[in-house]
Amino acid sequence: MPEVRYLLFLGCVIPYRIASYEISARKVLAKLGVELVEMPEFNCCGLPLDPVEHDMMLVLAARNLAVAEQQNLPIMALCPGCAGTLRKVNMILQKDKKLKEKVNGYLKETGLEFKGTTKVKHIMQVLAEDVGFEKIKETVQNPLNQLGVTEHAGCHVLRPAKYIGFDDPENPTILKNLIELTGAKSLDYMDATECCGAPIIGVNDMIPLQLTREKLDHMREVGAQAVITVCPFCHMMFDINQPRIERVFNETFEIPVLHYTQLLGLAMGFSPDELALSQLRVDTSEILKLL
Amino acid sequence: MNERFGNEFARVIKNMFSLTYSLNQKAGKVGLTGEVKLMSEKRQLKKIEQRKVLRSTDMDLRFKYKISETPGAEKIMLCFQCGTCTADCPIARFSESYRPRKLMRMTQLGLKERVLSSDVIWLCAACFTCVDRCPQDVGISSVLRALRNLAVKEGYMPRVYRDLAANILKTGYAYRISELRLKKRKEQELPALPKANLASIGKLSKITGFSKLVETEGEKSARS
Ligand code: SF4
Ligand code: SF4
Repeated sequence: MPEVRYLLFLGCVIPYRIASYEISARKVLAKLGVELVEMPEFNCCGLPLDPVEHDMMLVLAARNLAVAEQQNLPIMALCPGCAGTLRKVNMILQKDKKLKEKVNGYLKETGLEFKGTTKVKHIMQVLAEDVGFEKIKETVQNPLNQLGVTEHAGCHVLRPAKYIGFDDPENPTILKNLIELTGAKSLDYMDATECCGAPIIGVNDMIPLQLTREKLDHMREVGAQAVITVCPFCHMMFDINQPRIERVFNETFEIPVLHYTQLLGLAMGFSPDELALSQLRVDTSEILKLL
Repeated sequence: MNERFGNEFARVIKNMFSLTYSLNQKAGKVGLTGEVKLMSEKRQLKKIEQRKVLRSTDMDLRFKYKISETPGAEKIMLCFQCGTCTADCPIARFSESYRPRKLMRMTQLGLKERVLSSDVIWLCAACFTCVDRCPQDVGISSVLRALRNLAVKEGYMPRVYRDLAANILKTGYAYRISELRLKKRKEQELPALPKANLASIGKLSKITGFSKLVETEGEKSARS
C-alpha cells in the first residue's frame, strides 16, 4: 500500500470541547498506517466568518491551504465544516483565476501564496478512499455484532454535491458501510440526511434542539443503541445537548453518541479508556456491556 | 441578454404589484365589513395591511444586481419561486418566519431595508439541502451569505459573530481554548496545539476591511 500521509487539520471545535474525537481518531489512524503530520501553524478555516465577510473567509481558508502547499502535503480534517470549507475554497480558487489573483494579492502582504497544489479530505473520505474497506476490515478483531446503531453523517460531509461529490447526498452509503465493517448493524431511519441545526445555535437555540429531538425520536423508534457521528458540531448537538433536550421536551432518550472513530476503535480492540469514552456526556456503560 | 432579462423582470415586478394590490383590497374589504373593531385591533389590522403593501419607494431596483455581483449569488434572478427550498428546509419546518423562497423574492424585488434589518436572514444553517435541490441552481445559502455580508456593512450582526471574530483575531481559533484544556492535552499525550500567526491574521483582517467591520461600536441589533 502506498504511504498515506496527511497534515492533520484539527479545527477549533475539537480542541475546544471534543478531545475524545481527536484521541480516538489518532489511535485508529495509527493502526491503519495513516501517518499524521501536525500543521506547522494554524488558523480557523474561516467558515464561522463567512456570514460576516466572505473575503475574510476566503483568505483564512487560503492561508491554511498555502501553508499545506509549503509542506507538500494534503490536508485531512476531522471536522466536516473545515473539510468542506477548505475543499470548496481550494476548488473555487483553482478555477477562478480572477478571484485567485485577488486572494493572492492579500496573501502576498503576509509572504504567502496560494498555488492550488494541495488536496483536502475529510477523515471519512480518507478511510474510504485511501485506506479502503478491505484494510479496515482486517484490523477488526472484536466485531461488535450485538450492536445496532444509527448514523448521523452531517450535512457538510454530503453537501453541496458540487464541492463534496464523494457520497450520494440523497442516499448516502459510505458511513453505513464503514459502520458495518465494525460488525455493528447500521439501522435505517427516516431522516438520516437531515440537518441537526447546530450552526445556528448561537442565534436561535430552540430550532436546533427541536431538529435534534426529532432525529433522536426517529432513531429511538428503530431501536438505535447508539448514534454514530463524524462531526464535532453534530456530536455536540446529540451528546452534550441530549440532557437539555430531554429536559426541555420532557423525554428520555439516553442514547449514547459515539464518534465513528470510537466505534471503529472498539472493534479494533482498543479499550474504552484509550478511546476516551468516559468523556462523552451520555453514559455508554449499557452498550459496553454488550461488547 | 441581460437587458432583455431586465425588461422581463420589470414586467414581473409590475404584475407582482397589481397582485399585491388586489390582495390588499380584498383583505381590506374583509376587515371593513366585519363587526365594529376595538380601536387597537383596528390599528393592528392596519399595520398588518400596511406590511402587505409594496411601495415603490421601499424597493431598491439595483439591489438584485448588487447581490448578483457577489460570488455564489450570481443566479438570484433565476429563482422562479417554485418553493422547493422552503419545502425542504429543516429550519423552515420549525420556524414561523424563516422562508428561503420568500427571502429570494424579497431580494429580487429589492426590499433591501426590510431584508437586511431582519433577523430571519441569520437563521439559515447552511445545510445545503436546498442548494442541491433547487431546480434553478440559485445557490440559496450563498445568496443569504451575500445578504448577511451586506447587513453587517449596514451595522446588523448577531452578537455571536462578533465573539467568533474577536476570538479568531486574538487567538486564531474561533473559540477560546482554556489553559486547563491545553494542560489536559499534555496529560492525554496529545501534541501541543499548532499556534496561529497572529501578525499575519491581523494584517489580512486589516487589508480585507474585516477588522473595521467587527470593531465598529454601537451596532444596531437585528429586528425580529
Ligand atoms: S428552490 Fe430555487 S427556484 Fe425554487 S423557490 Fe427556492 S430558490 Fe427559487
Ligand atoms: S441551506 Fe439554509 S435555506 Fe437551504 S435548506 Fe439549509 S437551512 Fe434551509
